[in-house]
Amino acid sequence: MKKGTLKQILLLTDGCSNQGEDPVAIAALANDQGITVNVIGILDDDQSEQPEGLEEVEAIAMSGGGVSQIVYQKALSQTVQMVTKQAMTQTLQGVVNQELKQILGEKQTFEELPPDKRGEVMEVVEDLGETCDLEVLVLVDTSASMTPKLSTVKEALFDLSLSLNARSGNNRFSIFCFPNKMKPIHKLMDWTPELDGISKVFPKLASGGITPTGPALKEAMYQFGKKSLFGSMKHASEPYEETGY
Amino acid sequence: MQVNHTKKLVTNLKRGTIIRGKWNGTQYQVIQKLGEGACGIVYLCERNGVYTALKIGTDSSRIITEVNVLKTFQKVQGKRLGPSLLDVDDWVTPAGVTYPYYVMEYLKGQELASFLHGRGKEWLGVMMLQLLSDLEELHEQGWVFGDLKTDNLLVTSPPPKLRLIDVGGTTKIGRAIKEYTEFYDRGYWQGGSRKADPAYDLFALTMVMMEVAHGRRFERGANPQQTLEKKLQQLELLKPYRRLIKKAWHGEYSSSYEMKKELSSILNGPSKYKMMENRHTRVSRRKEARKTSFAAAELGVIFLSLLLFYFLFSIIAW
Repeated sequence: MKKGTLKQILLLTDGCSNQGEDPVAIAALANDQGITVNVIGILDDDQSEQPEGLEEVEAIAMSGGGVSQIVYQKALSQTVQMVTKQAMTQTLQGVVNQELKQILGEKQTFEELPPDKRGEVMEVVEDLGETCDLEVLVLVDTSASMTPKLSTVKEALFDLSLSLNARSGNNRFSIFCFPNKMKPIHKLMDWTPELDGISKVFPKLASGGITPTGPALKEAMYQFGKKSLFGSMKHASEPYEETGY
Repeated sequence: MQVNHTKKLVTNLKRGTIIRGKWNGTQYQVIQKLGEGACGIVYLCERNGVYTALKIGTDSSRIITEVNVLKTFQKVQGKRLGPSLLDVDDWVTPAGVTYPYYVMEYLKGQELASFLHGRGKEWLGVMMLQLLSDLEELHEQGWVFGDLKTDNLLVTSPPPKLRLIDVGGTTKIGRAIKEYTEFYDRGYWQGGSRKADPAYDLFALTMVMMEVAHGRRFERGANPQQTLEKKLQQLELLKPYRRLIKKAWHGEYSSSYEMKKELSSILNGPSKYKMMENRHTRVSRRKEARKTSFAAAELGVIFLSLLLFYFLFSIIAW
């Protein structure tokens, strides 16, 4: 299989959306465009495991074809990199599954294969995960309740680039935040291979109580198309875009 | 291959449950739970009177990845790294849910910390020497263990032998480390990348020593490197290894062999590079030597005076 690019949105939030389109629907839309949506719900240290509003976290990720996790701040770094990698494997497996179906028939999936064959397929998936290119758009909820968590978020994102840049494939990251007075999302950092400059980009803003997650996700989706002539929209339905070299 | 969100980990298999393989038909009887990892649960099972360790998970891809690593280990001639792989299969529960599992040899042993408890200080060094030998073997085969931590070590005996037990993090050299635990991770302590190279494992090995000496793991704080240096200075048990540990932190060992050689020379007593720290002991040894000669002189004096007395006495008597 040729080298390709995986596209992911990583949404970091601590609450439920309360304005605009349903983020679960937008996530489905993104997934259809070949973008995986991962969501991490961040708990306050004194919060219980099952806070209200965070059910949405799992729903968005499920419909976005991605992975979700609800964590305390302490575990954020390790979770962010794990979720991203897990989602990569998941997407790649999905692609391989499609191929298997084409070769072996509609009913043949990875899990139906005998263990030996499964091992061989997994080696291919692993190779792809190591070498494929990856684009991660980080979408940070910077509403008032998130403000005290932003330094942890910063640390976790820096850690993410450490993990991903250990791969042989290329990475590109960009960071956006929401809500914003004028637009659904605000660009904090343009597409870049490293997140070294991250310490400077986080604003000390404390917006009101609105969380328009849906509109923010929708706008984030468009950012993949904007960055180059050969953007993601060309092979919109392909989750694993083959760039053909 | 789609991740099934409703599939829950099989955490509560009762004693006596029969796990029957979908592909091989082999049967295992559950005895008790041994441990729980990120991607599965390990049960002690019995088959034809032989104990085995059976790891069952939900995510087929992760289970298979571990199987692939274990298989590579089997190919390695001679020394055995990790537990040997006995069987790979799927279990279809009476409710119709399929769970992937694999079966390993059952290693009975003790956790490293409880093994070291109450034993002489030298045991830590000896255990680390064994670990370095295994890592050396692994690195030579082109692998890095990755998730090296106390939970993944077991001391089997007799004779006491440190074994690596969970291969979930094992990564080909040059790739991104597959799985890690923050406390042992070079990246977490800002000591380097997460690319798999032998030095990654050596860093983690020093953190095993730190944890054992400190009694528990600790946070990195605002200045991770400084936190480490400070802790190392405080830990008396690690005094002989300070230089060794620091060198590993700074990535000065490119292979386990180099580190093993130095550790071995520390354990085998004074050597060239330990001169500085050993001057003290050598001085005292010299003092001791002087003491012995004093004693000899004293004995001589006593003997001579006795002789003199005898002389004088015999003259008087005569």
